[in-house]
Amino acid sequence: MKTHVIVFPGSNCDRDVAVAIQNIIGSSPEMVWHKDSTIKQSDLIVVPGGFSYGDYLRCGAMASASPIMKSVIENANKGVPVMGICNGFQILIESGLLQGALIRNSSLSFICRDIIIKPTNTKTIFTNKSKISKMPIAHNEGNYFANSNQIKEIEDNDQIAFQYCDENGDINAHSNPNGSINNIAGVFNKSKNVLGMMPHPERAAESIHGCDDGRNIFESLLS
Amino acid sequence: MLAKIHITLKKDVLDPQGSVIANSLKSLGFDNVNDVRQGKFIELEINSNSKEEAEKQCNDMCEKLLANLVIEDYSVEIEN
Amino acid sequence: MTSSNWQFDTEKLLVESHGLKLDEFEKIVQGLGREPNLTELGIFSAMWNEHCSYKSSKYWLKKLPTSGERVIQGPGENAGVIDIDDGDVAVFKMESHNHPSFLEPYQGAATGVGGILRDVFTMGARPVANMNALRFGDPNHPKTKHLVSGVVGGIGGYGNCIGIPTVGGEVNFHPSYNGNILVNAMTVGIAKKDKIFYSAAAGIGNPVVYVGSKTGRDGIHGATMASAEFDDDSEEKKPTVQVGDPFTEKLLLEACLELMKEDAIIAIQDMGAAGLTSSSIEMASKGNVGIDINLSKVPLRAANMTAYELMLSESQERMLMVIQPKKEELARSIFKKWDLEFEIIGEVTDTKKLILHMDGEEQASIPINILVEDAPEYQRDYIVNDPSPLISFESKDFEDKDILSDLLKMISHPNLCSRKWIWEQYDHMVMADTVVRPGSDAAVVRVHGTNKGIAISTDCSPTYCRHNPYEGGKHAVVETWRNIVASGAEPIAITDCMNFGNPEKPEIMGQFVECIRGMGDACSKLNYPVISGNVSLYNETNGEGIYPTPAIGGVGLIKDLSNTMTIGFKNEGNVLCLIGESDNHLGNSHYLSIIQNREDGGTPSINLDDELKNGKFILDCVTKKLLKSVHDVGEGGVLIAIAEMCISGNLGIKIDITKDFLHGFFFGEDQARYLVEVSPNKLEQIEVDASKSAVKIERIGEIGGTSISINSIGEIELSSLIDHHTKWFNEF
Repeated sequence: MKTHVIVFPGSNCDRDVAVAIQNIIGSSPEMVWHKDSTIKQSDLIVVPGGFSYGDYLRCGAMASASPIMKSVIENANKGVPVMGICNGFQILIESGLLQGALIRNSSLSFICRDIIIKPTNTKTIFTNKSKISKMPIAHNEGNYFANSNQIKEIEDNDQIAFQYCDENGDINAHSNPNGSINNIAGVFNKSKNVLGMMPHPERAAESIHGCDDGRNIFESLLS
Repeated sequence: MLAKIHITLKKDVLDPQGSVIANSLKSLGFDNVNDVRQGKFIELEINSNSKEEAEKQCNDMCEKLLANLVIEDYSVEIEN
Repeated sequence: MTSSNWQFDTEKLLVESHGLKLDEFEKIVQGLGREPNLTELGIFSAMWNEHCSYKSSKYWLKKLPTSGERVIQGPGENAGVIDIDDGDVAVFKMESHNHPSFLEPYQGAATGVGGILRDVFTMGARPVANMNALRFGDPNHPKTKHLVSGVVGGIGGYGNCIGIPTVGGEVNFHPSYNGNILVNAMTVGIAKKDKIFYSAAAGIGNPVVYVGSKTGRDGIHGATMASAEFDDDSEEKKPTVQVGDPFTEKLLLEACLELMKEDAIIAIQDMGAAGLTSSSIEMASKGNVGIDINLSKVPLRAANMTAYELMLSESQERMLMVIQPKKEELARSIFKKWDLEFEIIGEVTDTKKLILHMDGEEQASIPINILVEDAPEYQRDYIVNDPSPLISFESKDFEDKDILSDLLKMISHPNLCSRKWIWEQYDHMVMADTVVRPGSDAAVVRVHGTNKGIAISTDCSPTYCRHNPYEGGKHAVVETWRNIVASGAEPIAITDCMNFGNPEKPEIMGQFVECIRGMGDACSKLNYPVISGNVSLYNETNGEGIYPTPAIGGVGLIKDLSNTMTIGFKNEGNVLCLIGESDNHLGNSHYLSIIQNREDGGTPSINLDDELKNGKFILDCVTKKLLKSVHDVGEGGVLIAIAEMCISGNLGIKIDITKDFLHGFFFGEDQARYLVEVSPNKLEQIEVDASKSAVKIERIGEIGGTSISINSIGEIELSSLIDHHTKWFNEF
């Protein structure tokens, strides 16, 4: 599998996700600097977490305007799998590949902790091996918002990827860490080849992480 | 009355957000942008007998809570 | 700006406003053979202040042990370096940012983190973990909550953005910090042994390069002075607190590490306190050379800056380097790629002087040795007060039935309650190498790509230090040592952050001297040297000094991560044992302060032989895989430690013991003790081993259930314990 990880100034989970891809998918990804303008052929493009451009102005806003994003969008439109994690999710939203917005956590503070998510649609390239999974979140702006029309649209199209839930898989207010509407932790585009998610599967990818549930997302891509 | 309060970093304090915004604007082709300073805008409705009194109160709010004068300046504008 | 005709009064005012004494000024005149101009005076003031010159503390700091078989670099560089096998080294240091954090808690704490990160990556290390040691005033003081929120926000804001995990730390509250909080930040980095970078400039004619952010009028001091050079709005021009820019620092980190892979850097120094002044002088002094700088080349953020301002600016996220002339273009291209300033501002010379030019005119010319070797050094007068007397407490004055309600009160107190609210605001998992997260005895991070780890702990008990600075100094060192042992790591070395009041007061100086003596004894005995550190004096408000606070950051090595220990109970049916002697020491304990609102009774004394013996025993048991969990018995005593193990592992315990003085046993703060979880089939072996090593071991109870129950006293549900433990911060 030919994989690419985009590196923006301020990306800081680029190495972590590259290690996870190497360990699980078995090939080391090509790291693509944001000033490069094209990705020729790819089987997976990852937009990693971090604080691209310091998260200044609005998370993901500046990164979405950087040269490489044109090529990411072109690839996405051709059907290449594109995955945005955390800040990567924010960038994919700002670039218009995904719907909605990510606003400040309802607690108004940064949250770093393990949460549990449940795949809402397991028929996609990213989630065909997914189950109820524990993995960390680490963000200040992960509160997913969309207006009621948009929510209806993404629900009708099975575009919700993951929802925050408790150990039993119940989706309730108690298990919602950041105030996301309908506990939404991740969404797809209409054709389900673009995934954005706030939790960090690459931080739950080997036994020393205390949990390796994050592997199933990368394993899904293999099948 | 409506009070409009602008809080900005003092002129000589580094504004990291401002400089990154300026660079991004330039890279989008807005070449004539020289400098960007960003800050906070607070709008508040206040019951007061006079504009002067409202302004005085807002100044007080800025000094006590809304701004940190070690690094920030503020300005207050009152509208009826 | 040169003026040699100052009126005496003006001159005196000018000298004093630069924090220099008149006899120090005389020394400058003698050394130069003339009066300094204003720029030169500013340079001397920056180099000879307490922060850069250690003039009150140097004599005493030299008494600390600083070498050991794993020590590669001791104090004196940007950070210390230890060998962690396989050609890897760990680079670390702790530094204070107290005053700015009190004025502007968010930015003060943020720039504190930024500064210590630079100290570490300047050495060629990639930072892998941030830690901190924080002291705030009385929890009920009106400013405390605002300061806590700001400082925590700032530490998280900077560390999260740059992408270095903040893996732990410590926080306490005491009224002595009401007007002077302490923010001590520590960074640990990993480098290759053959790729460590130092600050000694070398190679006459080699270019001196400025990289990073532009220079503005940040943090310029000596400012209340003669009005001639500053106009009316000069207050607006001279902010004393800088705004941190973690994004630029991230770029600087990556650019520096990228350039370090090339054979291009001869010397590198972070521009921290006193910016361009201390960095250039440090490099010249270490290399025994001179440096010429053309200040007109310095990248500016503000217009019309003077030589004085340029030399004293403390703008953040800047570095000074001496590079190989042939690699200039390569270096420039790397910094350009990362959108950072790169400017050749001077060159290395053989004059052994710092010579500054600006707009074609000479602005300063100072022999380096006058600035460094001739810097004032004081042996200040000191008085050592008698330690607070020990009080022996007796069982008859306590009601056994209160034990569980006392436990609840103690575990809900700000000094003992859960810090989860704090560390959940820190990204403690970025870099995906965090093995033990915050909330255990020591944090553990994996050395990337290996199966070994670094254990880190910060600690200090200022109350102990206040009532007995010698034992308190020993305690701060020993507590981190024990925390590291309890995580399964071999303790290696420490960094220290010496926060004290005004050293010109003999009793404060006495606290400093005694704390150092205690630390030195502990470090020597435990073979646990000091490899870096920082001194912060004059921490006073209205003439009232803070409690003596020698914060210690300890680092250890776990050679095989499968031996990592955590505090949480693991399995029902296992047995909890206490290692070490208990002697009911309730003096200056958390029990006394929280339940009886008293601060007396004396600091527990520390038997270093017992510490060494018991610690070695624990590590031996870890290697033999005899232990399931380990927790050091620290603040609050045995019962608090047991409660923390229950909460962390979400398992209860049935405590079954017979003691004459239950409060003394459960809440006494005797030292050199650990609680260990042992599976029943290993119990006999560990007891035999303990007796062979002359280590005291006693069974405390059986792990299991959902409550803590104490024979003959009663029980308390874990859920209630957790509610009390998390209440204070949850209502923040």
